[in-house]
Amino acid sequence: MVSPEQLRPVEGPDVATLDARIAHVRERANWMRRRLLAMIVDAGQGHPGGDLSATDIVASLYFDILRIDPANPSAPNRDRFVMSKGHCTGALYAALAGAGFFPEAELDTYLKPLSRLNGHPNRIYLPGVETNTGPLGHGFPVGVGIAVAGQIDKSDYRVFVLTGDGELQEGSMWEAAMFAGHRGLGNLTVVVDRNRLQQGAGTEDTNQLEPLADKWRAFGWEVVEVDGHDPALLLAAFDDAAAPRTRPRCIIANTIKGKGVSFMENQAGWHHGVPNAEQYATALAELKR
Amino acid sequence: MSAALAPAGLFDCRDAYVRTVQELAEADPRIVAVVNDSVGSSKLGTFRDRFPERLINVGIAEQNMVGVGAGLANGGKIPFVSGAGCFLTARAMEQIKVDCAYSQANVKLCGISSGVAYGELGATHHSIEDIAWLRAIDKLTLIVPADPWQTAEAIKAAAAHDGPVYIKVSRMPVPELVRSDATFAIGKAETLREGDDIAIIANGTLVHHALDAAQVLAGEGVAARVINMATVSPIDKAALAAAAATGAIVTAEEGLSWGGLGGAVAEYCAQHNPVRMRMIGFPGFAPTGSAKWLMEHYGLSAAGIASAARELLGMKAG
Repeated sequence: MVSPEQLRPVEGPDVATLDARIAHVRERANWMRRRLLAMIVDAGQGHPGGDLSATDIVASLYFDILRIDPANPSAPNRDRFVMSKGHCTGALYAALAGAGFFPEAELDTYLKPLSRLNGHPNRIYLPGVETNTGPLGHGFPVGVGIAVAGQIDKSDYRVFVLTGDGELQEGSMWEAAMFAGHRGLGNLTVVVDRNRLQQGAGTEDTNQLEPLADKWRAFGWEVVEVDGHDPALLLAAFDDAAAPRTRPRCIIANTIKGKGVSFMENQAGWHHGVPNAEQYATALAELKR
Repeated sequence: MSAALAPAGLFDCRDAYVRTVQELAEADPRIVAVVNDSVGSSKLGTFRDRFPERLINVGIAEQNMVGVGAGLANGGKIPFVSGAGCFLTARAMEQIKVDCAYSQANVKLCGISSGVAYGELGATHHSIEDIAWLRAIDKLTLIVPADPWQTAEAIKAAAAHDGPVYIKVSRMPVPELVRSDATFAIGKAETLREGDDIAIIANGTLVHHALDAAQVLAGEGVAARVINMATVSPIDKAALAAAAATGAIVTAEEGLSWGGLGGAVAEYCAQHNPVRMRMIGFPGFAPTGSAKWLMEHYGLSAAGIASAARELLGMKAG
C-alpha cells in the first residue's frame, strides 16, 4: 500500500484517513454529476450517459490519487491522466475545474463558440489535458508511450488511462495492450469503464468483449475487477497499483451508464442527449439525496 | 527489396538519416527511435546496438507506433518514428492527424523508402500519395529532402523544431548536389540554378533530374531556374511568386501528379500569380516494374521535365 505522504489530494481537506478520503471523493463526485448535467443542459448537448458512468473513477483520480499541480501542469514528473474515451468531457472538465486547472465559472462556456471547452479535449487550449482525444482508440496508445518514456527514464510518475468498453472494439487498443504487456509497463494503469453499453446497443450484442478479464490477462496484464461506483474499492485498486510492479494493470470498473440519475441508468439512449426542464429537476433532486 | 549498394557517386539517403539521428542521439538523451519491426529497412541496426533502450520497436502496429511516439513526446522525448512511408502514413493517418498534428506533439515522422522505391512490390508498397494526404493536415511540417546533405540537415532541423514534422526519406540512389550556399531552413526554398525563361520546381529524388533538364534546355537557349522546394508545408511563397514571374512552371516530384508539391504550387499561383504549369508525377496506381523503370516510364526524368518545359514554352510564346 502507498504511504500517506504519497497521497496528496489536489484540493479539499488534508485527508489522512481512508474514511475521510472516501467521503471527500464521494462529495466531489456528487458535485461533478450536478455540475456536468448543468453544463449539458446549458449547452444543449453532451454525453451524459458516459460522463456519469465515469464520474466516480475520474473523481477518485483527480481528488485523491493523481500527483498533479494545477499551477505547474507541465511538470515533467507529474502523474498523467489520459481520457481515451474523449467524448466524456463533461466529467473531465468538471474534474479539471474542480482540481483548479481553470476557473469553475468557465464551465458555463461548455461547447459554446470559441470556448476552450471543446466537445472533445484539446491540450492546446486547456491546461491539464495531456493529448487530444475524440476518435476512439487514440488515448491508450499515447498513454503507453508516456509510460515507456517513464520506464526509460526510471521516473516515478504513473500513467492512468480511462477507456470506454465499447472503445475496446478498436484494433489500436489491442496493439497498445499487447505492447504494454510486452514492455512490462508497471507504471501504467488502464481503467475500463465497463458500463456494457455503447452508442447504439449493448457491447455484448454489438461485438462481444467477454471474457474481457481473460483477454487482458492473455496480453500480459494484471486484472482487478471492482465496482466502479465505490470510491473505497477504486482507491484501494489505485493505491495497490502504486507498489512497484513489473506488469501493467487493468482495472475493469463495472459501472452503470447514466449512474446517479434514475431515468438515465442503463439506457443506451442517454449516450448523448439533454434532459428537459422536468427531467433536469428530477436529476438534481436525486443527486441531492 | 534488394540490398544492393547505391552505384558509385550516388547515395541512399537512409544512410544520412541514420547517421544524423545517431549523432543527435549521442548529444541529446531525449532522442529516441520508434519502429514497426523496421530496424533493418530503416537501417537502424547500429542505433539499436549503441542505444538499446532508446530503440522502441512496437512490432507490426503502425497506429500504436505513432500513438506511442506522441506519448514519448509527452514524456519529454524527441521520437523519430520511422517506418516504410506507405504504411506509416496510410495506416496511421488518424494518429498523425490527432495525436501528432492536432495535439502539436513533438514527433518526427520519417517515411522511409518512400515514393516508388519498392518498385516491383506494387502500389500497396508505393508511397506516392503521402504528401497529398499529409498536406491536408494543418500544423504538420512536411520536408522532402533531395540528397544526403539535405536529409541530414532536415533531420537536424526537425529535431530542433518544436512540433510535428514528416520527412520523406528516399532510398533511391541520388547524387550529392553541388551548392554555393549550403544552408537549410524549414520553409525556405533553395534556388540551385538561375534562369528567367521558366521555373522548374522539384523536390526529393527529382531535383537532380531537374538540374539535368535545365542543362539540356540551356543548350537550346532556354534559361531554366531550378528550385528545390524541399519544404512542402509551410511552402516558400516568396520563391513561388518569383518563380511565377517567369511565366511558366514545371513541377516534378516522386509522388502523384496531383495534390502534392504540384498541387501546392498550383494552389498558390492560381490565387496570386496565375501562370501556365505542368505537374510531373505518377498518373495513379503504378504497375509493377523496377523503381528506375517506373520513373522513366512516367517521365519522372530529365527528359520528361525538359519535354514538359518545351511544351509550356511553346504555349507561352504562342
